[in-house]
Amino acid sequence: MDRKARFAGRHALVWAIALGMLFPFIVMIGTALKPPTEVFSLPPRLLPEQWEFGNFEAALSAMPFWRYLGNTLLVSGLCVVGSLVSCPLVAYSLAKLHWPGRGLMLALVLGSMMLPPQVTLVPLYLLWNKLGLVGTYFPLIVPSFFGIPFFIFMLRQFLVGIPDELLDAARLDGASEFRVYWRIVLPLARPALATVAVFQFVWTWTDFLNPLIYLSDSSQYTLSVGLYAFFSEHGVDWGPLMAASVMFTLPALIIFLLGQRYFVEGIATKGLK
Amino acid sequence: MPRRSTTSRRQLRLGLAFASPWLVGFVVLILGPIVASGYYSFTDFNLFQPPTFVGVDNYRTMVGDERFTKALFNTLYLTVFGVPLALSLSLGFALALNSRVRGLPLYRAIVYLPTIIPIVVSVYVWRWLLNAQYGYFNRILGLLHLPQPNWLEDPTFTKPAIILIGLWMVGGTTVIYLAALKDVPSETYEAALVDGAGPWQRFRAVTWPAISPVTLFQLIVGLITSLQLFTQPYLLAQTRLNAAAGGPDDSLLTYGMYVYQNAFVFLKMGYASALAWVLFLVTLAVTAVLMLTSRRWVHYG
Repeated sequence: MDRKARFAGRHALVWAIALGMLFPFIVMIGTALKPPTEVFSLPPRLLPEQWEFGNFEAALSAMPFWRYLGNTLLVSGLCVVGSLVSCPLVAYSLAKLHWPGRGLMLALVLGSMMLPPQVTLVPLYLLWNKLGLVGTYFPLIVPSFFGIPFFIFMLRQFLVGIPDELLDAARLDGASEFRVYWRIVLPLARPALATVAVFQFVWTWTDFLNPLIYLSDSSQYTLSVGLYAFFSEHGVDWGPLMAASVMFTLPALIIFLLGQRYFVEGIATKGLK
Repeated sequence: MPRRSTTSRRQLRLGLAFASPWLVGFVVLILGPIVASGYYSFTDFNLFQPPTFVGVDNYRTMVGDERFTKALFNTLYLTVFGVPLALSLSLGFALALNSRVRGLPLYRAIVYLPTIIPIVVSVYVWRWLLNAQYGYFNRILGLLHLPQPNWLEDPTFTKPAIILIGLWMVGGTTVIYLAALKDVPSETYEAALVDGAGPWQRFRAVTWPAISPVTLFQLIVGLITSLQLFTQPYLLAQTRLNAAAGGPDDSLLTYGMYVYQNAFVFLKMGYASALAWVLFLVTLAVTAVLMLTSRRWVHYG
């Protein structure tokens, strides 16, 4: 009896947490589906009495949603490519190649994870400005091709676990180091690479500060800046704003559901030392 | 190992070759900009004319700058209250989820969910939730017979609103804590149980020491993230077509926002660089202090 009560208590607590976390989503969807007259009802009701999609139509006609979606997909996709090309190379060097200075470099990678982006904000902007690339996607995409410290560290932790004997056997057979990397290491690292891909995708997808600074023409906007601009122009038009929010959330949600396993494993390695 | 020196030179070449993308990136995108922003911090620079050297003027300006003081105060407020609260809540969530509940992956996904949706969406949804008149949050507080503050208009409550949004987004830290809790050695735990230790004693004697390295890590990351907080206050303070807004009575003006405003709204690139450097030094100092004091309470098993 006592065990049963404790079992129920535990589940009630977990349900309460889950409900609290989901509540804002319920409100967002509920508001998006309400007709304008119901949005400002007192007292506020959770779900609409009359369900309708007028807010979605209003949001779609007030902004080029599909264009923003395409832009965001392009930027996020290219950042994923960049990270997948560069990060495993660097991680391999840190995990499996024995060279002097490797320890120092690992320390630099870890230190860079801690650097506040504001410190490099102004000079980086000036750099891109000098290159004439402010107002293009280059400032958003190029950094990923140089490697992102968090992903390098995560991949390094994964690669350390691959037995050296496996690589040495291939080296003795005369395989070049790059061939060892390409034919043996990368296929083994597939789960870790998937983790990098989902993280990079969602981070770029939801990024706000960089597109805010670097994109000037509204036809280039990503979803985040697009929604920001929508708010600036239309103010607190809550129905369409929440409808737009629902549409902005859906793609990230789909990626999350597909790659959930990788998120959980990836974020957990962050705490490893 | 024969031919040691050629081997090690080959190793060095290979190591550098594989590491080259990030090494180049580090110099061009991190080290160079840090040095450059150090230089700009001693100049007056508006983007259109070449920078002119002004010595320590920018740093001296901060001393008398009321918005600087305000931004610093707001940021410290959010950090001092927000970080410990968020860490405690995420540890609480992790403990609850770790207590042999059925359907753990689902609950874990739900707790993590708020951290993967666009932050712009999160803040707007919370602006709506915290609306004093039509918002659902005050409605719930009302049903519980609690006071219903005007979260977004009353300068006393705007910062608690930011902390509240932060508490909703503790999914990342919760998942890390959950992974750490799974690694707590169960033998020690059972030994404590046999010794007749209660839940609180078991937590103090077994769980807390075992997760203290992860706590230190999360504390450092949390402090750094909080010191550079930008998007949440920026969007809560957003008014139509006013990028220099700081919320009611500048109560939402954080340090990160002030750097941004000086650089991209007022085009004071020199002053913004000086501000950024101060933030950099504060971040380094806070991290160093934490690392040094950690020996007293962090146990590496």
